[in-house]
Amino acid sequence: MPNLEISNLCFQHRGPYAFRIAGGECVGLAGASGAGKSLLLRALADLDPRTGVMQLGDVNADTVTGPQWRRLVGLLPAESGWWLDRVGEHFADFAAIDEQTLAAVGFDRSVQDWQVSRLSTGERQRLAIVRLLANGPQCLLLDEPTASLDHDAAARVENLLLRYGADRQAPMLWVSHDPAQLERVSRRGLRMESAGLLVDAGGAGDAR
Amino acid sequence: MHVKPLTPADLALAASLLVLLGLLSWRLRLGLAKNLAIAAARTTVQLLLIGHILRLLFAHVHIVYMALISLVMLIAAGREVMARQQRRVSGLQGWLIGSGAMFLSSFTVTFLALTVVIGNEPWYAPQYAIPLLGMLLGNTMSGVAVAMDRMTETLWRERRVVEQRLLLGQTAAEAVGEIRRQAIRSGMTPIINSMATAGLVSLPGMMTGQILGGSSPMDAVQYQILIMFLICAGTGFGAIAAIRGVERRLFDGRHRLRLDALQTADEEQRP
Repeated sequence: MPNLEISNLCFQHRGPYAFRIAGGECVGLAGASGAGKSLLLRALADLDPRTGVMQLGDVNADTVTGPQWRRLVGLLPAESGWWLDRVGEHFADFAAIDEQTLAAVGFDRSVQDWQVSRLSTGERQRLAIVRLLANGPQCLLLDEPTASLDHDAAARVENLLLRYGADRQAPMLWVSHDPAQLERVSRRGLRMESAGLLVDAGGAGDAR
Repeated sequence: MHVKPLTPADLALAASLLVLLGLLSWRLRLGLAKNLAIAAARTTVQLLLIGHILRLLFAHVHIVYMALISLVMLIAAGREVMARQQRRVSGLQGWLIGSGAMFLSSFTVTFLALTVVIGNEPWYAPQYAIPLLGMLLGNTMSGVAVAMDRMTETLWRERRVVEQRLLLGQTAAEAVGEIRRQAIRSGMTPIINSMATAGLVSLPGMMTGQILGGSSPMDAVQYQILIMFLICAGTGFGAIAAIRGVERRLFDGRHRLRLDALQTADEEQRP
């Protein structure tokens, strides 16, 4: 099972950051808006210039290309991007998506032909999650994955993501503004202070 | 056959039209009167100046003079390409991308035309070389500027989608493919359109000039066809080279979109 090990990570005058997420472990990341949580995720996906060592299992980020690394560490951005007309066109092979995953977020196969322009924000978000998981990442970096979802849909998405993490023994970093959600999905938390300082937030519900 | 020389009074008459237009634009508050005046003055001064320079060049044919004036033309075109972009690649590199692309395409195509097609002696005879290079540079400049502007502007506007594609593991080339194609197309469309309508809607400027100057229409037409082909080739190769350059600059080795390499037209340096 691959562990995510980050050391000496610096980017845009931030850092150094160092932490470790074990395979199958979900770590919550809290902090005020604008504290730099999304920036940290971007740096972890190697989307912004950075220095330091990032290691997932036995793969060092610097020994593979940027695209290869990004396939390994799946980053779900807060707002998903769509560039073609139909949903199915955004998947390498939509037929390979299993029915269960689609059903878990409230869709069936017919979603393949839906017009992207007619999707609601919540539908886009749920489909973005399906699209990310279809890539088979070995690690999940989730930027407010349920922010645009109602209570019911959020619960289903939580289940889907946690099950994926457990099945693949994938390390997960879960950004959320909802303490109750972080308590549900993670047993350990990090907090991004406004100065860009990453501190241990302790176990959920643990006063430490 | 000789051209009827224009008197200063003839030009003054044409200029009075611009004055009228300026007055109208002032009344309509188009805010163009000042630009109009400056542009008209620049046309007059620059063309008079180049007239004198050409006269000198025609009198003293030497490859060094030709190289010098070509260089000046290229630098001016490079500046113009930069000025026409809303968001441009900052620093010397941005200038080099545009100028390099124009140098590659215009100079190569002009050289080819002068040596192989026209075959004058010497090949750099200014009567041929300067108008040819001027027309090629002028058109390539437009194409390169439009293509680069479109590329940087679209990447800026669509950065979320581009980064989403990168996040899904696409390479920079995959993530930017459609944007790149559109940018090159928009640079080439004007010349393709003007080839399609040449003669039907508009009589191209060079041909008009040649006919005014007393050439037979068929001679003028043949030169015009040559020029159109050269311009189209030059613009196409120039736009493709420039877009490659922009793409290389705006993505780094790790396939990251580096919009920090852009600066907007009104700020010299981004904070």
